Amino acid sequence: MSIIVNKDTKVLVQGLTGKTGSFHTEQALAYYGTKMVGGIHPSKGGTNWTGSKGETLPIFASVAEAKEKTGADASVIYVPPAGAADAIIEAIEAEIPFITCITEGIPVMDMVRVKAKLEKSKSRLLGPNCPGILTPEECKIGIMPGSIFRKGSVGIVSRSGTLTYEAVFQTSNEGLGQTTAVGIGGDPVKGTEFIDVLEMFLADPATTSIIMIGEIGGSAEEDAAQFLIDEAKKGRRKPMAGFIAGRTAPKGRTMGHAGAVVSGGKGDAESKIAAMEAAGIRVSPSPARLGKTLVEVLKG
Amino acid sequence: MNIHEYQAKALLKGFGAPVAQGVPVLKIEEVEAAAKSLPGPLYVVKSQIHAGGRGKGKFKELGPDAKGGVRLAKSIDEAVAFAKEMLGNTLVTAQTGPAGKQVNRLYIEDGADIDRELYCSLLVDRSVGRVAFVVSTEGGMDIEAVAHDTPEKIHTIAIDPATGVTADDVANISKALELSGAAAEDAKSLFPILYKAFSEKDMALLEINPLIVMKNGHLRVLDAKVSFDGNALFRHDDVKALRDETEEDAKEIEASKWDLAYVALDGNIGCMVNGAGLAMATMDIIKLYGKEPANFCDVGGGAGKEKVAAAFKIITADPKVEGILVNIFGGIMKCDVIAEGVVAAVQEVGLKVPLVVRLEGTNVELGKKILNESGLAITAADDLDDAAKKIVAAIKG
Repeated sequence: MSIIVNKDTKVLVQGLTGKTGSFHTEQALAYYGTKMVGGIHPSKGGTNWTGSKGETLPIFASVAEAKEKTGADASVIYVPPAGAADAIIEAIEAEIPFITCITEGIPVMDMVRVKAKLEKSKSRLLGPNCPGILTPEECKIGIMPGSIFRKGSVGIVSRSGTLTYEAVFQTSNEGLGQTTAVGIGGDPVKGTEFIDVLEMFLADPATTSIIMIGEIGGSAEEDAAQFLIDEAKKGRRKPMAGFIAGRTAPKGRTMGHAGAVVSGGKGDAESKIAAMEAAGIRVSPSPARLGKTLVEVLKG
Repeated sequence: MNIHEYQAKALLKGFGAPVAQGVPVLKIEEVEAAAKSLPGPLYVVKSQIHAGGRGKGKFKELGPDAKGGVRLAKSIDEAVAFAKEMLGNTLVTAQTGPAGKQVNRLYIEDGADIDRELYCSLLVDRSVGRVAFVVSTEGGMDIEAVAHDTPEKIHTIAIDPATGVTADDVANISKALELSGAAAEDAKSLFPILYKAFSEKDMALLEINPLIVMKNGHLRVLDAKVSFDGNALFRHDDVKALRDETEEDAKEIEASKWDLAYVALDGNIGCMVNGAGLAMATMDIIKLYGKEPANFCDVGGGAGKEKVAAAFKIITADPKVEGILVNIFGGIMKCDVIAEGVVAAVQEVGLKVPLVVRLEGTNVELGKKILNESGLAITAADDLDDAAKKIVAAIKG
């Protein structure tokens, strides 16, 4: 089992014809034949996209048309920042059930506009400014390097792309493998939050342990910790390890991710670590020991 | 991106917000004329630096009993005397760090008769994904202290983007601020104006502390701090023009030209990493092994080798840097691009300090091959732990 995506997920690409979209679509097709079913370009509808190894996909003029003709149930967005919010809204209006936005650098006010649309829709948005989602040996949406994954039992959720890879790499090296890895992204206003993913991992029988990676800024980790405490009272809990990036970050400075900033006395690493530990998560002081920390938790 | 108080006030005035008359000055000779152009008899002389806590700040060059960075003058002569003590001197506040900031600009403003001091800010409340007003009757003070000591005195009112600020929103904000009479009337226009300014200019923070009720019962914006969403500057040339590079770190300015996420820090291990989370974690692990990072640097996902080389050059140009750790876990970023960029930069500027490189992910074998065949003195690391240990050991010698 896995969460959100599996071998049957059919994926459209918004921004397929760009360099980044092309490269990662080729990678996805090469990853256990992820079902990439088409691309979108307003003025190139009816043509075909051809990858560097001769792979081809049909191009459609709109998401709605592509959905109708391919039966796609997911979309991934590589559109540049200025047009990314409109691309997300187009996917929402076409009622794509699962939308992933990889684009980094979308203005926050644009995401406020997207969020308002999203709340009135049935779509789930992952990101923006995220690495996507990957279910080993089944489906790769986004930019995660497939080679480090191994089919297994750990559910991984993270605000940081590259730290997701660390957790994947380390759990593969420990022989645990993953059910699904989800990068929720580093922007302050986004679609899917920690709680949404944790709920699905708790419900997924194949996921027997979880790694959660947060960072400074906001209170999503504290909210997630409270959610885990409440669920544990109902008897729902799984062994968990975690990490918080940004212990050494200076206050008031935005650390790369638009959402990674300690401001107004809120969002520092120490309060997040304390909240996660109170929820029973073993928080590793080193990002290099995530896998080993989880193994220790599992040994009890 | 931050701007000065006088720029923030001019911007808000353009949207119709009530601000006092004022004149920015760069030279001491301009102060008298500036003050004379104001109604008087009270003048406020305000240091313009990108840091808060100016009123309680101290000038390095003056004695400990000298007045702070914001002063009330009762005559034009006194305003000029104050300006002489402030302009060109170094103001140290709770937010500048011990080095302080040189005051290169002053703002001479018309004084106001204050009845009450309130707090009002706008920001994007990430828990609801909406712009929110954060208000308190406890204005003119450190709002973090108010939030810590008396959280019940802080009220948050989130705005639905579909409607903007409604009459109900204004009523809620006014109630939280205990506004009545003329001030409550002013509120009906002021709060929608602030929301419009915030939204249209893609602000990240608009903080008015204090917002005052004057003795005549009307509202006035007495101080204003504005920062903008860096991701939205592409559509605001007028905002970009307000940037004051003298307030920023030279390395950060160079980095921003290359669209690199770079923050200068105080340690001596330079870092070049892909991904903000991994870049922060790399700083954390250096600290865990007993050293301090010289910088945060995320080269991002889509960097070409020129950008990687530029980042490497900015890091090596920092005289504090005694060793460099390159830590890459390639997803969107390909390891061979990083390797080519590092090799190109080293060939151009040389390498005078130890360099540890850890590569993993997309095209890792190709990247390692490029580094190996370059003939450069690069220490390879297997994983993040190994990389951190090696660079810390290399510096200790």
